[in-house]
This record gives sequence, C-alpha cells and structure tokens, in this order.
Amino acid sequence: MTTAKEAPAVVPDFGDDDATDRKICFIASKGTLDMVYPSLIMANAALGEGVETHIFFTFWGMDIITKELSEDLQFTWMGNTAMHPPGKKMHMPQLVAGFPGMTKVATKMMKKQIADLDVPEVPEMVQMISDAGGQLWACKMSADMMGLGMDDFVDGVVDIISATDFIELSEGAQVIFT
Amino acid sequence: MPVATIAGADVAIDAEGFMTDSEQWNDDIGVSLAEQIGVELSERHWEVIRFVRDDYKAQGETPTLRRVSTVGGVPTKELFQLFPKKPAKKMSYVSGVPKPKGCV
Repeated sequence: MTTAKEAPAVVPDFGDDDATDRKICFIASKGTLDMVYPSLIMANAALGEGVETHIFFTFWGMDIITKELSEDLQFTWMGNTAMHPPGKKMHMPQLVAGFPGMTKVATKMMKKQIADLDVPEVPEMVQMISDAGGQLWACKMSADMMGLGMDDFVDGVVDIISATDFIELSEGAQVIFT
Repeated sequence: MPVATIAGADVAIDAEGFMTDSEQWNDDIGVSLAEQIGVELSERHWEVIRFVRDDYKAQGETPTLRRVSTVGGVPTKELFQLFPKKPAKKMSYVSGVPKPKGCV
C-alpha cells in the first residue's frame, strides 16, 4: 500500500477478498418473451458483480436455450390482466388478444420496447451470460418430455441435469424461481 | 465532497472512492487507482480505459459492460480476465468515470 500522504482517502471494496463467495441459482420456467427476461437480466447483473451464477432452464424455459426457438419467443396479454401499455392506466380487452395476428403485434411491440432500452434479444443475452461465466443447465425431465438433447441446445449449456442434481448444485445458494 | 491525493494530484472523490470529475484524471492517476485495487495495467487494459473515457465523453454516461464489449470490441470473457469479478465497476473506477447505470 502507498503511504498515507499518497493513498486516496477511500478505496472501493470490490469484494476481491471475500472469504465466502455468494452463489445464485435462477430457475427459468417460463417461455413467453416478457417472462424470460427477469432471470436473464438478473443473472447478467449478478455475474457483473462477481457472483457465481447458474440458470436452470425447465419446462417452457427450455425454449430460451433451444436453438430453434430462442429467437422467436412470443408475447401476448391473453390471460394476463396485468398487461397495460407503458405508463397508461388503459385496460386491454382480453378478447382482442385473441384476434388473429394479435400475438405477432404484441410480440413486435414488446421487442421494440426492449430494444429501445438497449437490452439485447434473448439469444444474445444468453450468449453474454455464458461468456461472463454463467452456468446454464437444462432440466432432464423437460428435455425428455420435449424430446431434446444437447445438440438442440445453444452453446453454453453445460449439461442436462435432474432435479436431484439441481438440489445438490444449489447447496448454499440463493435460489430464485422465475 | 471528499478530496484525495492520488499520484500527487488533488482529486475529488465520492463516498465510495470513485472520482467525481473525470477531467481531473490522468494516466498516472489511472495507474495509481488500478494499483489500489490490485490491477496491473497492460496495453490491453489501456485500450479498454481509453475506450471507456472516450465513450463517456461522447455519450455523457459510462458505457455498460455490454457496450464496452459490442462497441468497444473487447470480448466479455476478456473483460472478466482484465478486471476480475466486477469488471464494469473496476473499469469505471480506474478510468475515473462514474459507475455505469444501465441494467445490461
């Protein structure tokens, strides 16, 4: 360390000396465009803070890591009465959500809003997380149910694991279900 | 606003230790800040620092990790190697700019 005369009064603690390392395991179980982002954004933020981060993709969340599907996740407000246009108190008629073409329209609008915030699309987001050291795991039961193997998944998926494996893996971790 | 002496110069810093006026920064201060957090600056580090500072000036805000990677052209993996554990925060600290605010 430099002498007191030269040393800055305060040096930020970037946690390099932390004895116990924090660990977070996200469970990603949804496959709609709006509901896949929470785990991805938070996982990315956790990695940026040096936290060991895992994501366990299960059920519809498998679509996030499936090569064929990850670019094309859809959004609808059908069955979601919480949906409203940004900042407006407007009530969106449920029936309209069911009109032909409305899912496509809603998905396009949502994608635009996400892009306007400079947030990447799902495939890029997954790649970023993997590059930053995030561990991506596929759920065995879901993989069996949907007939998927490692070849169907994007690069960065470590392995297909069972629920028991996940419970072992998440020992001592904060588990966040999305 | 606390003032610290870094590399022989008086520098305004915030409560956490980040510089509050990026104009007060110079290369020597950068080296000193890096030393304080155990980072030894290579040529590659300097490339990143230069991008962060230039982008901060041009955009008016600190680039996020993603921006340094996609616009700055330094792969995320490498950024984690250059500035381990908390790359975005460490980069901005050493470059004398505020912590990035973006979520991605």
